[in-house]
Amino acid sequence: MSIEPTLPNSGVSGLQSVALPETWNPPPFIKNPLLRWGLLLGLVVYLYLSIGSLDVNWNRIYVGLDRGAKFVYGFMNPNFAGRWTDISEGMIESLVMTVTSTAIGIVISIPIAFGAASNLAPLPVYLFCRGIIALSRSFQEIIVAILFVAIFGFGPLAGVLTLSFATIGFLSKLLAEDIESIDKRQAEAVKATGAPWWQWVNFGIQPQIMPRLIGLSLYRLDINFRESAVVGLVGAGGIGATLNTAFDRYEYDTAAAILILIIGIVMLSEYISGYIRARVQ
Amino acid sequence: MAEELNSTPKVWQLRNRNQRLLSWFIWLLGTALFVYCWQLVSENTTWFFVWDAPRIAADIGSRMMPPRWSYINELWEPLWDTLNIATIGTMMAIVMAIPIAFLAARNTTPSTKFVRPIALLVIVSSRSINSLIWALLLVSIIGPGVVAGIVAISLRSIGFISKLLYEAIEEIDKKQVEAISATGASGLQTLVFGIVPQILPAFAGISVFRWDINIRESTVLGYVGAGGIGLQLNASLNVLAWPQVTLILILILMAVIFSEWISAKVRHAII
Repeated sequence: MSIEPTLPNSGVSGLQSVALPETWNPPPFIKNPLLRWGLLLGLVVYLYLSIGSLDVNWNRIYVGLDRGAKFVYGFMNPNFAGRWTDISEGMIESLVMTVTSTAIGIVISIPIAFGAASNLAPLPVYLFCRGIIALSRSFQEIIVAILFVAIFGFGPLAGVLTLSFATIGFLSKLLAEDIESIDKRQAEAVKATGAPWWQWVNFGIQPQIMPRLIGLSLYRLDINFRESAVVGLVGAGGIGATLNTAFDRYEYDTAAAILILIIGIVMLSEYISGYIRARVQ
Repeated sequence: MAEELNSTPKVWQLRNRNQRLLSWFIWLLGTALFVYCWQLVSENTTWFFVWDAPRIAADIGSRMMPPRWSYINELWEPLWDTLNIATIGTMMAIVMAIPIAFLAARNTTPSTKFVRPIALLVIVSSRSINSLIWALLLVSIIGPGVVAGIVAISLRSIGFISKLLYEAIEEIDKKQVEAISATGASGLQTLVFGIVPQILPAFAGISVFRWDINIRESTVLGYVGAGGIGLQLNASLNVLAWPQVTLILILILMAVIFSEWISAKVRHAII
């Protein structure tokens, strides 16, 4: 067995051969290279197929640009006065529907939230309440509104019921999650004093979830106002009907006035609810 | 001292008198507002139709069953359109939302006085108006079709994505950014190596979350003529073809469950 003579500087040359790279690249977001390139390839194929299947009528869009300019002009010069009675009536109806549906929704969703909290409810109740929540969250407001208009007739009542139904899914789900994450020790301390069930809920659980309930309700009030503008499209009351008519008549200045009012009210209510939430928490 | 002792109530109460009065006052105000609003709603309701509702509901229910399964062959293409509206719309929204988010975040905006308020106004305008109303507007401007749906979805999503993204940007760890700029990196390099890696998980989560919402919303855009499966829904409702409506609702439900499953999977993988 012979040992190869080694050059005295071989160690140094070995170090040089693994010289550090000149540039550094950040580690990729998706570590598995197969998944990374697979996703990219899938995306490219999908985009090719989907954009290929788009049926674009460029002529129509070109013609429409003129109307688009008119709408932008309408936004700069909104016409509040022209249809003020229609606009104000629609707006008041929207606001009324918002308040009514949020109140009804909150009252119904609190017991459902307690039923859907896995730390409070027995399994059959839990499954039933979770079922209601899933049903309410699955369908868009507009689909529910179509069905309710068919059943209850045209008018704000169908809209109120639609928005209440949508509120239940939203509020119960988020409130149930909050109930599931309460501090158990506080609830136990109340129970240890010999409090009956309703006192246990009232003093052990309710104070813990109250800030969240108020915050969520205010947030849902915002959402319900925005949605109340939509359910009017199918005849369920509110400003949507007025807006639809304005678009149908190509009265972009009136439509712009309505949209500006909606944006203004949403901004105002976000500001107010932010203030209340900051005070409650 | 004796008086003080006497004045304390014998039974423990959660709140003192003023707090109780205030809470009662708020309750009174809220109840009065609700009763007033309910009266307005009630005045505009034809109660005869409402009393008739259970019979009508049972009637519609019986007409809806069983679903007309053979209709499904006409639904694959609208379903594909719906998927495209949601996906391409989300992608376009992402491209437009990223710069707006950086302009709106307090720590990356070039000017807090001028640029930030404009970016915030864009965000609130986009968020206040439902995608269905954007679609209504776009159908009236560029005509009915899938393109109007894609643009409507992207206009609505800009505000949502920008808002959540700029909040994520404002919450980043400053020390990492400082470390990068201490190496002598340019502004762009600080952005790419200091800020972007920190917000990338949040960004991916937000995008997938919005895509999931957009699948739901794009199922109804066709109702105002903006393409997708909503067109078939509208057509079936117009001719009172209830068995077809049932089938469409089942398909929409499946699409919603599918997208929620994917979005949950992706977000789970990120976090």
